Amino acid sequence: MTALAGRPAGVSTRRRLTDHVATVAAWAAFAAAAIPLVSLLVTVVTRGLARLDMTFFTSSMRGIVGAGGGAAHALWGTVLVTLAATAISVPIGVGTAVYLVEYGRPVLSRLLWFLVDVMTGLPSVVAGLAAYALIVMVVGPGARSGLAGAIALSLLMIPVVVKSSAEMLRLVPTDLREAATGLGASRPAVIATVGLPAARPGIVAGVMLGVGRIIGETAPLLLVAGFTDSLNLNLTTGRMATLPVYIYSQWQNKGADQAAYDNRAWTAALVLIGLVLLFSLAARLLGRLLAPTSLKG
Amino acid sequence: MKPADTLLTPRPARERVRDASARSAVTVAGLIGLVALAGVAVFLGVEGWPGLTARTGLPLQAANFWALAWPLAFGSFWAAVLGLGLAVPVAIGVALAQTWYVPRWAGRFLGATFDILAAIPSVVYGLWGLMIIAPRLAPVYAWLGAHLSWCPLFAGPPSASGRTILTAALVLAVMVLPVMAALCREVFAQTPRTTVEAALALGATRWEVIRLAVWPTGKAGVVSGAMLGFGRAVGETMVTAMVISPAPFLVGFGLINSTNPNTIAAFIAQTFPESHGVEVATLLALGLVLFVITFVVNVVARRIVRATGGRV
Amino acid sequence: MTFELALRAPELTGAGHGRDDTANHRLAVVGLTASYGRSPAITEVSLSLESRSVTAFIGPSGCGKSTLLRTFNRLHEVTPGARVTGAVRLDGIDLYDPRVDPVTVRRRIGMVFQRPNPFPTLSIRDNVLAGIRLQYRRLRPSGADELVEAMLTAVGLWDEVKDCLGRPGISLSGGQQQRLCIARVIAVAPDVILMDEPCSSLDPVSTAAIEELMVNLGRDYTVVVVTHNLQQAARVSRKTAFFTVAGAGEPGRLVEYGDTAGLFSAPSKAQTADYLAGRFG
Repeated sequence: MTALAGRPAGVSTRRRLTDHVATVAAWAAFAAAAIPLVSLLVTVVTRGLARLDMTFFTSSMRGIVGAGGGAAHALWGTVLVTLAATAISVPIGVGTAVYLVEYGRPVLSRLLWFLVDVMTGLPSVVAGLAAYALIVMVVGPGARSGLAGAIALSLLMIPVVVKSSAEMLRLVPTDLREAATGLGASRPAVIATVGLPAARPGIVAGVMLGVGRIIGETAPLLLVAGFTDSLNLNLTTGRMATLPVYIYSQWQNKGADQAAYDNRAWTAALVLIGLVLLFSLAARLLGRLLAPTSLKG
Repeated sequence: MKPADTLLTPRPARERVRDASARSAVTVAGLIGLVALAGVAVFLGVEGWPGLTARTGLPLQAANFWALAWPLAFGSFWAAVLGLGLAVPVAIGVALAQTWYVPRWAGRFLGATFDILAAIPSVVYGLWGLMIIAPRLAPVYAWLGAHLSWCPLFAGPPSASGRTILTAALVLAVMVLPVMAALCREVFAQTPRTTVEAALALGATRWEVIRLAVWPTGKAGVVSGAMLGFGRAVGETMVTAMVISPAPFLVGFGLINSTNPNTIAAFIAQTFPESHGVEVATLLALGLVLFVITFVVNVVARRIVRATGGRV
Repeated sequence: MTFELALRAPELTGAGHGRDDTANHRLAVVGLTASYGRSPAITEVSLSLESRSVTAFIGPSGCGKSTLLRTFNRLHEVTPGARVTGAVRLDGIDLYDPRVDPVTVRRRIGMVFQRPNPFPTLSIRDNVLAGIRLQYRRLRPSGADELVEAMLTAVGLWDEVKDCLGRPGISLSGGQQQRLCIARVIAVAPDVILMDEPCSSLDPVSTAAIEELMVNLGRDYTVVVVTHNLQQAARVSRKTAFFTVAGAGEPGRLVEYGDTAGLFSAPSKAQTADYLAGRFG
């Protein structure tokens, strides 16, 4: 502080210089961040447009060598696997959140919170392995299916859903809970008629956030859902292609006509990013639109 | 019916059944959640045990599990350390720039770009690193190899394809940058307004305000944010699997070589689809190792967060 | 008066447990201590409330009068770490008897809170019916309409809202919201109504309306009102209990309990006189 107060007459050259260097460094960091980000976005859009045609959405890769073909099978796979993962995660996640907020015994809920916290950082490839191990323990080795992929993804999605739901349930105003309790509602009735409706927008936004997280996951699906060139709409049997794995395999198993494979990969990347952005946008809109009006009180 | 009776009369059976079933449904969901999350380690341990103890049949004809695991764990750490080493200074700089230096519109533009980038799947980052970044870096690596080969980091024949661990680290850095920058901005924003104003009133330059008021309050938050970013980078699969051109069992610090250490996550993703028997068990055990690493990193990061009273 | 008509027609209320208008609804407190964690908020209270009349609880803030009120419908124990010893008897049965279900207690003893708290996601009509739904009781649609009209009439809100029953309950003014909350309570036909400073967040006009309502409710229900407002206690209650607290961290205690008129004109304890004279609190 003495250095600051020491020269009331003006700022010394050295201090001014340091400030200039810092300014330049900040701008440089800003540029260093902006350049790769812009490059990534521009690349995906420009290269993705090459194959953004109807065939891409209507055709699979069955019997395709070289140019042509599409990602219809992978698109369907992504939709089915994501839906199945959501169907598994939402009841378990919301139920766990309700248990944590409303019923949790001190020791058990602290353990559960800890797990949820730590599992948010679970590497996705580990989730894939764990799902594989679980399925081997229950069904037997070698089984790859869309459902297995959905189980792996729900390991990643459950913590997200639990966290956001529990946070919203905790925000439900005490006076509303007391109003319902004072009217002679049992605990479950209070939760069902006051807690969950007030928390619903936040829970929905949290689920969308969770979908946004899993819809682009590659590694777990590569391990347990596998890859195929054909359309498979059956979640329980047979390998199922998904968009992220499709991108990976287009690069991994390139044929002679490399450009055709690259183009398909970029287009799939563009479509996938579109899907992810759609979900995060929807999550944000829902969070912003619904929360203020229904949580007021 | 006398009111005196009704106070002691139990509620109708239908009502009690309804409440009890709602309660048990929630409890069951909680237990499934608990089992699913706690089960990750258990499932991997049970199915991966044969891989931990096997002497034959391991992937790459490894002599034993640790001979395989150690170089991969090294690779995971090295890539993550490099990635974070690149990302942290930039993230701090960006956060400071956004709040102190660049005009508002530029800050907001970058914020919006970050939001989009945080949502981009890792496989797309992998594709970008592999097809766009690696070829552009190859000449840079050639130059570094020619002029700086006295430095062990740049020794050895430079990669012609550019698919080195440094390229992967660069892509990892870009990947974790949005989250880390947002985090830094948040902790810097917690600097008390009055402290900033007091420093400015004393005639401090912007840089001095940052050094004296902003940085001391935000330091711990940056450290824990970096830990969380590290946890993410160390388990990241697709970027390292697609970008790095690996050599088996390699442990080395070279940044630009054509041979690079592989990472646990990438090795699992590359090897698993064609594995059988003991190989699968070995990969499950490798997954357990990766799980333990990220678990420890996350727990420590959260401890720091809690110790400093922040929320991340 | 339509008001009394509505309140005296229990078949309209659709009450499943059959509110018995011949019973006394006499509430008696015996040696009651309520604590949060280890520290008691109010201790050793014994008093017997007159049935079908309004009783006021007054005293400086921190004297535990609201806590005491919340032990009457077993809402105190919902707070983590909260404990109660002693007894609260409704017509001779201890509410804290292990055989008694707290949910049943709250169905017999309704509560109006300090801040109006209609359910924000529900319409005005559904707010009136909320208690019925929350208690898993069913009503015929026509019965529901009758009940809504009767209850809103009883609280003097019907003429103001009859054309907009579908609007959200929180779109009303503060005073209207509080009357809606009272309608919600009497719709489930309790025996006792607890009011925890029901006017403290309202303007004078709304306060006057609620006070009038309290007086009317006192004819049919055992009403307990916690209030900071001495004039309000004097205006609405037949009996008054005065509580005080020795200092921060000390539990509150009952000082004096008696006819409101007597207590205000000739308090028997010096503390009461000091408080009424505005010398503390």
